[in-house]
Amino acid sequence: MADHKVVEHDVLVIGAGGAGLRAAIEAASAGVSVGLICKSLLGKAHTVMAEGGVAAALANADERDSWKVHFADTMRGGQYLNNWRMAELHAKEAPDRVRELEGWGALMDRTPDGKMNQRNFGGHAYPRLAHVGDRTGLEMIRTLQDHSIHQDIDVHMEVTVHKLFKDGDRVAGAFAYDRGTGEFMVFKAKAVVMATGGIGRAFLVTSNSWEYTGDGHALAYHAGAELVDMEFIQFHPTGMVWPPSVRGILVTEGVRGEGGILKNSEGKRFMFDDIPPLYQGSTADTPEEGWRYVIGDRDARRPPELLTRDHVARKITKEVKEGRGSPHGGAFLDIAWIKEHIKDSEAHIKKKLPSMYHQFKELAGIDITKEPMEVGPTTHYVMGGIKVDGDTQMATTVPGLFAAGECAGGLHGANRLGGNSLSDLLVFGKRAGEYAAKFAQENPSFTVSDDQIAVAEAEAIAPLSRDPGADVGPYRLQAELQKLMQDKAGIAREEEGLKEAHEELLQLKARAEVMGSGGSRDYNPGWHTALDLHNLMTVAEAVVVAAEARQESRGAHSRIDHLEKKKEWGTFNHVIKKGSGGEMEIRREPIPEIRQELKDIIEEQG
Amino acid sequence: MKTATFKVWRGNSDGGDFQSYEVELDHGYVVLDAIHQIQAEQANDMAVRWNCKAGKCGSCSAEVNGQPRLMCMTRCDDLDLDKPVTVEPMRTFPVIKDLVTDVSWNYEVKASIAKFAPKPSDQDDGTWYMEQYDVERPQEFRKCIECFLCQDVCHVLRDHHMHDEFAGPRHFVYTANMEMNPIDVGDRVVSLRDELGLGYCNITKCCTKVCPEGIAITDNAIIPLKERVVDRSYDPIAALISMVKGG
Ligand SMILES: Cc1cc2nc3c(=O)[nH]c(=O)nc-3n(C[C@H](O)[C@H](O)[C@H](O)COP(=O)(O)OP(=O)(O)OC[C@H]3O[C@@H](n4cnc5c(N)ncnc54)[C@H](O)[C@@H]3O)c2cc1C
Ligand code: SF4
Ligand code: SF4
Ligand code: FES
Repeated sequence: MADHKVVEHDVLVIGAGGAGLRAAIEAASAGVSVGLICKSLLGKAHTVMAEGGVAAALANADERDSWKVHFADTMRGGQYLNNWRMAELHAKEAPDRVRELEGWGALMDRTPDGKMNQRNFGGHAYPRLAHVGDRTGLEMIRTLQDHSIHQDIDVHMEVTVHKLFKDGDRVAGAFAYDRGTGEFMVFKAKAVVMATGGIGRAFLVTSNSWEYTGDGHALAYHAGAELVDMEFIQFHPTGMVWPPSVRGILVTEGVRGEGGILKNSEGKRFMFDDIPPLYQGSTADTPEEGWRYVIGDRDARRPPELLTRDHVARKITKEVKEGRGSPHGGAFLDIAWIKEHIKDSEAHIKKKLPSMYHQFKELAGIDITKEPMEVGPTTHYVMGGIKVDGDTQMATTVPGLFAAGECAGGLHGANRLGGNSLSDLLVFGKRAGEYAAKFAQENPSFTVSDDQIAVAEAEAIAPLSRDPGADVGPYRLQAELQKLMQDKAGIAREEEGLKEAHEELLQLKARAEVMGSGGSRDYNPGWHTALDLHNLMTVAEAVVVAAEARQESRGAHSRIDHLEKKKEWGTFNHVIKKGSGGEMEIRREPIPEIRQELKDIIEEQG
Repeated sequence: MKTATFKVWRGNSDGGDFQSYEVELDHGYVVLDAIHQIQAEQANDMAVRWNCKAGKCGSCSAEVNGQPRLMCMTRCDDLDLDKPVTVEPMRTFPVIKDLVTDVSWNYEVKASIAKFAPKPSDQDDGTWYMEQYDVERPQEFRKCIECFLCQDVCHVLRDHHMHDEFAGPRHFVYTANMEMNPIDVGDRVVSLRDELGLGYCNITKCCTKVCPEGIAITDNAIIPLKERVVDRSYDPIAALISMVKGG
């Protein structure tokens, strides 16, 4: 066996974004020993990039808000495929989780009466997102990070987990390598929390970073966990489209929350057409009513730009397809127009959306206080994830394995509402940490077999020992995968394309068997990309398999060969699991009967 | 499409040198795009850190034509492309490989600073009454993305290597954020003088000039902290009061 370092923890948390940090803090406070691993430096995870805000029914900006309304909004947004228990816990606990941050040093923007301010976002009935300008994620991750460094947590930065260890059914730790030195590390742990985030790098145009290769999803899957709802990928309607170097970078929904409107090349506010039935009663009829909503008139209804993301993304795609797009294939997003209503609009925009102002000024040469932005859909978020128990966050089929944050499935159903991720991280990060600590205390004995270590080492070292042949270099294969997913499993899907995608994926997988990076072990991104690519291929396959199976359009999943939403398809989730022969199996899992009390809330809220 | 020459420092802790690469520049290319293209097509194993590609995470710090910059926010059009563009790692920190440096010292310094300590809550829901006006000052410091470019440029660290005695501008910003948080009751003034080495800063303002977040590090964080230290050291009564309060 090659050399490796052995590290032991009661609870091992994989991922140091909001979910992982919150889990680690909770586990440490239960008195168990905690290790925290991340691929980047501490504080650089995706959570740092979140802009718009964190959703919680604090009722500071509108006292009519309550957990019940938040719950109903989340279920409606998810087209009722959500794990309703998670949606309930999320809505109930998010306010406390957000308030708690203030005691750890967070400074959210304030209301005139000295409380945390809240802003409008798509699909939320009331202004619900606590925020700091458009850098809420930075506030959140820094608060958690700065709090965590005074807890008893061992942080392993720039370490990538490559495989999970098991002892029988239960989890037993993880195999990892140090990105800097290339040294192998064997983590032995009584419980493992997955908090690895999303899978956006499976697509060409994405708001996600190199980290988002679906590691947690894939590792858990290969360790026997189930994945749920993998067909649901959120394409955020507003990514940058020009210049090419910034394509996909996010333009926060906060722009629309602050009054930004969408127009086509004919200058038409096209969002007023085709309002979906679920939202007809709650959407403004006129631009004038929409503006009144933005400035807080309680009798006004939401402007159509604040409909859910799946709908807005589809509408933009339609405009472009029908020849009414912007010069570089998007739509116009205009916030400058608010000068018609606000005196010092320039200062107002810079104050509310400072990083958007900066981003467009520096990267696109556009002054958003004066000109419209060009925007189009970008792969943003995966609703699907590791299937967990709603209360404990333990994976349904692997004792001791927990999941929280973007890599866990269930809360968001077919479509996530903006702001519901940051709150998800806090609520379920805490729960995962709490129950992982408990599991570790109650199930202390396990072993990690030498065989497992040897297999993991052999796998990990393989690409390094092979040359990056022209055809099987990791960057080349990654680019091919991204292109095929973008073209065939993206925002508009159909059976034929998905079938092709599936076949091409299997071919790609075969080529990747002999993928080589060459180079040395120390800080070698070619090698790292090669190893991550296996995870990316697993999650891409899961997305394609689930998308093929769902023959309807619902939430973020659009089938151009099955445009309508079908009632009977709203009664189950797709669950994917590795079969005994290693093949990917998919099945329909009926959604458990919702509690009467929750059903009543949904009906009351309409 | 324009072609440009990039001279990128390649090497590790044993040493290294600049290597030249030709890059085809697409519209709007930033330096990080050029580095990525080199990595994908010419040097798969070139080490570089990045995450957000939008100036939000502070991962991609390097020295471009000798200037401390975020590579993802440095447009190639803004550089003189008639000459080779040099890209090298931050020089104040030990190099690990190519453009990646060992910045772990920063994390250790931060952990040594007394943590945030809130006074008891004054609201029924466990929070505190704070108006926008109260939070505006510390909010500026909380914009910090921990790129460590200010640390890189500060001569106390860069030229005098006083890492053991001097926490650096980033950590003065961090400390100021807590000291000026309206609900914090911690006291870091003595440690600013004795442990964090605030006195070594001679207000050259180089740190402020490179901060990509535009934080007025010297004027808004360092100078007010220096004033607090001076007040405490020269005002025996204030010191006495603070002792009585158990400060
Ligand atoms: C630009 C942008 C803006 C957004 N804005 C909002 C918003 O306003 N409101 C909102 O609610 N949501 C927003 N989101 C979504 C939200 O930010 C993310 O869903 C959320 O931050 C994910 O958090 P997480 O803790 O699950 O994962 P992350 O924060 O992504 O952390 C994942 C961690 O896992 C680690 N990791 C991954 N794989 C491995 C491995 N193999 N080994 C070791 N470590 C690993 C990574 O290094 C990282 O530390 C936004 C997302 C983006 C990209
Ligand atoms: S002002 Fe002080 S901290 Fe900033 S660079 Fe100069 S000496 Fe360093
Ligand atoms: S203060 Fe500015 S320059 Fe220094 S680390 Fe923070 S963001 Fe970077
Ligand atoms: S990559 Fe995040 S700041 Fe440059």
